[in-house]
Amino acid sequence: MELVEAIILAVLAASTPLLIAATGELVTERAGVLNLGVEGMMIVGAACGFAGAWLTGSIFIGALFGIVAGTAMSLIFALMALGLAVNQVATGLALTILGIGLSGLIGAGFVGERIKPAVDLYIPGLTDIPLVGRVLFGENAFVYCSIALIIGVWWFLYRTRAGLILRACGDNHVSAHALGYPVLRIRTFAVMFGGACAGLAGAYLPLAYTPFFIPGMTAGRGWIALALVVFSSWRPGRLVVGAYLFGAVTILQLHAQGWGVGIPSQFMSALPYLATVIVLVLLSRARTGGSTAPAALGTVFVPDR
Amino acid sequence: MRKPLLALAAGLLLAGSVSAASAAEKLKVGFIYLGPIGDLGWTYQHDLGRQALVKELGDQIETTYLENVPEGPDAERSIEQLVRAGNKLIFTTSFGYMDPTLKVAKKYPNVHFEHATGYKRNPNMSTYSAKWYQGRYIQGLIAAKMSKSGVLGYIGSFPIPEVVSGINATMVAAQTINPNIKVKIIWANTWFDPGKEADAAKALIDQGADVIMQHTDSPAAMQIASERGKLAFGQDSEMIKFGPKTQLTSILDTWGPYYIERVKAELAGTWKSEDSWGGLDSHMFAMAPYTNMPDDVKKIAEDAQAAITAGKLHPFKCPVVGQDGKEIECKGGANLDDGQILGMNFYIKGIDDKLPGK
Repeated sequence: MELVEAIILAVLAASTPLLIAATGELVTERAGVLNLGVEGMMIVGAACGFAGAWLTGSIFIGALFGIVAGTAMSLIFALMALGLAVNQVATGLALTILGIGLSGLIGAGFVGERIKPAVDLYIPGLTDIPLVGRVLFGENAFVYCSIALIIGVWWFLYRTRAGLILRACGDNHVSAHALGYPVLRIRTFAVMFGGACAGLAGAYLPLAYTPFFIPGMTAGRGWIALALVVFSSWRPGRLVVGAYLFGAVTILQLHAQGWGVGIPSQFMSALPYLATVIVLVLLSRARTGGSTAPAALGTVFVPDR
Repeated sequence: MRKPLLALAAGLLLAGSVSAASAAEKLKVGFIYLGPIGDLGWTYQHDLGRQALVKELGDQIETTYLENVPEGPDAERSIEQLVRAGNKLIFTTSFGYMDPTLKVAKKYPNVHFEHATGYKRNPNMSTYSAKWYQGRYIQGLIAAKMSKSGVLGYIGSFPIPEVVSGINATMVAAQTINPNIKVKIIWANTWFDPGKEADAAKALIDQGADVIMQHTDSPAAMQIASERGKLAFGQDSEMIKFGPKTQLTSILDTWGPYYIERVKAELAGTWKSEDSWGGLDSHMFAMAPYTNMPDDVKKIAEDAQAAITAGKLHPFKCPVVGQDGKEIECKGGANLDDGQILGMNFYIKGIDDKLPGK
């Protein structure tokens, strides 16, 4: 039983950065903007987040640093891709390259330093319940934050007028513009939200997951978050399934290796990707079918006036 | 076609950052690094070696390094880039650069190459590596002494001979202390991913391992072991900062003396293709101080280190028994020969796991 609890805790820890970063990118893409710079924004968020926490001794301020850094990175993207109408794919890739370099520079002075990681919640009684206690009531703030975030995004996209307008910008920016909505301003906010989430997801790594900073510590998680958005067919519900499934298979394959089940480890390492893709493709086929991508995704919009 | 081309162009830029200084008529020496120089592990130690080189011969040479160079075909382009920048001696510092280095070496016969941890050579391409399995043997003794559960946790990177021989050396030693010792092995299938290394360490500890050893590059496993109150060994470099009450010892890669020796040979015009495989006696690596253990364990470790250094103790002393219970052919007289260790692709008896791909 303790092992089951330990596995669930590890799954939540591994899935949380993916969920946070993918939630932000989902909003960005629903507004019609393809920002491939998630990895870059994340790693800068990681470096700044660690710097903030190390300098102030506060995880909360560290997380804020991460959010601000991710947002600042996304503003560079917004300036290029929205303001100057540069190709979004190229801008996003450039942002990742910039982020990797920049984070190394920012973090250089902090390599080898340690901080106290984010504390886990403890409610006497509730947290002590066997099996579910620590899973439900013993997580750190990032985990609760990620769940609140995805619920909030679902509510915003499908239950508010502003969310409807944002989706309209993503599906047909010409019509949205004709109706008088400020397409570029809305998209800028969506990009900034994506950047803030990526920054927070990046900050989670050195603040809670592995409490030290090392250049390149995101190790491709930004790209996985991007892929999750696509395979979840831009739906928050499926995104949750995808992120936790990816985390679960990642952790379970490690445990399976420890138990010695005898399946080649190379295959086991590929399994999270395979399982997530297959399940999400099946999920999206079971319903509507056809492409559910925002129709204007990745296309440049220049208002005619 | 436009988008893929752009993606490709961006990918090419991604390969690494170049640092170089200009100077006239100095010997140019290039380095290809797998990770960032701040990884606190493998690449960090190679860069310490480069810094030692600059300190010693800085007035006669100029060094350039490319970091974050992925293994595989992309490496070939990075190595060529160093050749075209005028580097005459190039160190490629990871196993996966073997074929790319050989390809470039054949193309540029006037440039000398040094490939770390591989086995393919050319008249202008040397190989160099260290006998880390000697250090792993010492760690195996300590681990068996310190483990209360009798279960060791081992995080592997890729199932290549260097890693497999490390696991075997650990277990050969551990079995001399506790014949029933068990090891749980998790392959991360990456050299560097702090999150995944941490997850692997958690999984091993959750499954009952109480001494964690790693053959991956970041201090994440050490940090997790420290958080959970277990013991661990560092990797490549000093990691005691991440586990002051956790680190038992660490195998420290010390490349400086070798780099200085090879560059001196290049400067003197006496460089030739060689295969250097140094053990504890050659200062190619060292053991970090033995910490967090009682004096009797420390003594066992120190005695073993002295015996190995003096050539009196060989970790793979015959008979070595394979997983199937059959004795491994003893090609080196009293012990396995270097070729058998460099190409080791079997587990010894007492390891329950199955070697991936076997």
